[in-house]
Amino acid sequence: MKYEVDQLGFYGRYGGAFIPELLHKNIAELQEKYLEIIESPGFQRQFNQLLCDYAGRPSPLYFAKRLSEKYQTKIYLKREDLNHTGSHKINNTIGQILLAKHLGKTRIIAETGAGQHGVATATVAALAGLECVVYMGEKDIERQAPNVARMKMLGATVKPAKSGSKTLKDATNEAIRDWINHPQDTYYIIGSVVGPHPYPDMVARFQSVISEEMMQQLAAQTGRDYPDRIIACIGGGSNAAGAYYHFLDNDAVELVSVEAGGLGIDSGHSAATGVLGTDGIIHASLTKLMQDNDGQIIEPYSISAGLDYPGIGPLHAHLISTGRTKVLTATDDEAVKAGFELTRLEGIIPALESAHALAALPKINFKPGEITVVNLSGRGDKDLATYLKYLKD
Amino acid sequence: MGKQRLQQLFQQKKGNLLSIYLTAGYPRKDAMPLLIKTLADKGVDFIEAGMPYSDPLADGPTIQHSSSVALQNGMNLSLYFKQIAQIRQEVDLPVLFMGYFNQVLRTGIDRFLQQCETAGIDGLIIPDLSPEIYQAHYQKIFKKYDLSLIFLISPTTSNERIKMIDNLSSGFIYVVSSSATTGKSGRFEEEHLQYFEKIRQMSLKNPAMIGFGIDSAEKYQTACRYAHGAIIGSAFIKALSSNDYLKSAGMFVEKIR
Repeated sequence: MKYEVDQLGFYGRYGGAFIPELLHKNIAELQEKYLEIIESPGFQRQFNQLLCDYAGRPSPLYFAKRLSEKYQTKIYLKREDLNHTGSHKINNTIGQILLAKHLGKTRIIAETGAGQHGVATATVAALAGLECVVYMGEKDIERQAPNVARMKMLGATVKPAKSGSKTLKDATNEAIRDWINHPQDTYYIIGSVVGPHPYPDMVARFQSVISEEMMQQLAAQTGRDYPDRIIACIGGGSNAAGAYYHFLDNDAVELVSVEAGGLGIDSGHSAATGVLGTDGIIHASLTKLMQDNDGQIIEPYSISAGLDYPGIGPLHAHLISTGRTKVLTATDDEAVKAGFELTRLEGIIPALESAHALAALPKINFKPGEITVVNLSGRGDKDLATYLKYLKD
Repeated sequence: MGKQRLQQLFQQKKGNLLSIYLTAGYPRKDAMPLLIKTLADKGVDFIEAGMPYSDPLADGPTIQHSSSVALQNGMNLSLYFKQIAQIRQEVDLPVLFMGYFNQVLRTGIDRFLQQCETAGIDGLIIPDLSPEIYQAHYQKIFKKYDLSLIFLISPTTSNERIKMIDNLSSGFIYVVSSSATTGKSGRFEEEHLQYFEKIRQMSLKNPAMIGFGIDSAEKYQTACRYAHGAIIGSAFIKALSSNDYLKSAGMFVEKIR
């Protein structure tokens, strides 16, 4: 693999673990043990069984006939929205809760944006019988109310992050501070391919089940085990990392990452890090982020709480800088429109995050016969209020 | 002066050192030079001049708040260096930059360190610069400059690692008092004292300063029994909230000493 991390957790020049000494012991323990634990046959057996019997994998690869007709190409949807808890996030939380148990931790913390990772974490914490605290930006608590209610019903404590933009970035800061204050008993389940090494690599590995299944499903349905193109949305980038993983070294597969363009990338209100970002450190990782000339992090904006993040995972920063992935952006309006389009053509209501990936379809020049897979990372139940508001307007 | 100023301080004064952390631009945009002057007059031994950061991961609510107010007040790096250079004309105590690594990286490491030297900064404390990454990627650049680099150790740092960090540090070693973000109050318990005693007995090459959570004369004195001195940040920032911040700053130091 050309895109693996080195000893210190760098993909090319991106990654690493820029952590305060207070976190060193916890991070070092993970760095030393994660591969050995997650590659062990016992762990793999438990992990795969839960993915299958509990999360409902494999998720279908669905040929979207009417959508394909509209764009005169072949579009398949990888149905991560059909997983238990409604998104790809459960793949990672199952993996990490098993790891936490293995390390003897008794308290789980997580950050969440759209609430999908929070729900997926609260779910596996309930399953494992562990205490769970989820940090969520105050603004996101308001706009993703259904997921807040789900987390509470699952027994998690939802703590509001009140600093900064009161979104995912700030929730992540609070979770990291919680971990500094509880170094002994607590395990931090990070929800994306962000944060200090080994999280980006570990989360990508847990999510790689998406592309692994895709290969088998494509082979069975199309006779070829790779597509011409994969489209995924990126905030931190975990669904994209999972969808790309087994195709990273296959240059015949075009990888298209779609970022949140918010009100337009030149509007000053977006989360288009791949386009607007420069090299710097966010959440202990050297990557691309939106920052000013002094290195102060700029508060992002997106209609989608899951993409409303001023950084991207270091793997994605590396893929963008080497030209391996192509970055497109979709504005709020384009994403909502794409969400309605999928709903009316295929009877599938996508999460606003996934709607950004779909919004790339009108921007691509498809060649006849090409096969494109859109990673449909989550379902839109949590976003109904936002969608309905647009319907009225 | 750089490294020498800090070295001389620790050579001349063998104990009971008091260092105060302040956030540049708090409570007012132009407060830092005035505060440094006041603190120097009150006999504070050296200053940690915090450059406010948008996302201060190792800091608790007090410094998060002061940082956010300072940024709203218009503090930025060029003003920060300007204010340091200005006060350097008037005071001779060591002044350290405290901030996050992204601020250094974004400016460009060479350019940032040059600006530190020019302004009269004597050293840097960068809590999120890990020793491993420093050694692998940045040590060569830092070595070119006459600036101390102070690393932190915490109660979870192993003895072997403490020695490694001691070897990398210059000026002093920053002993974080407990496993917590800055500003967490509470008494020193037996486990804290045992940890301080362990550090004392390790006879490190650098002097040790204890910081994080020191908010009373009693805790300051306890810390001074085990180390060369103590660093106070959040408690000082909290004491500044009144209108006459210079007067309250002076009174705070008198109360601690």
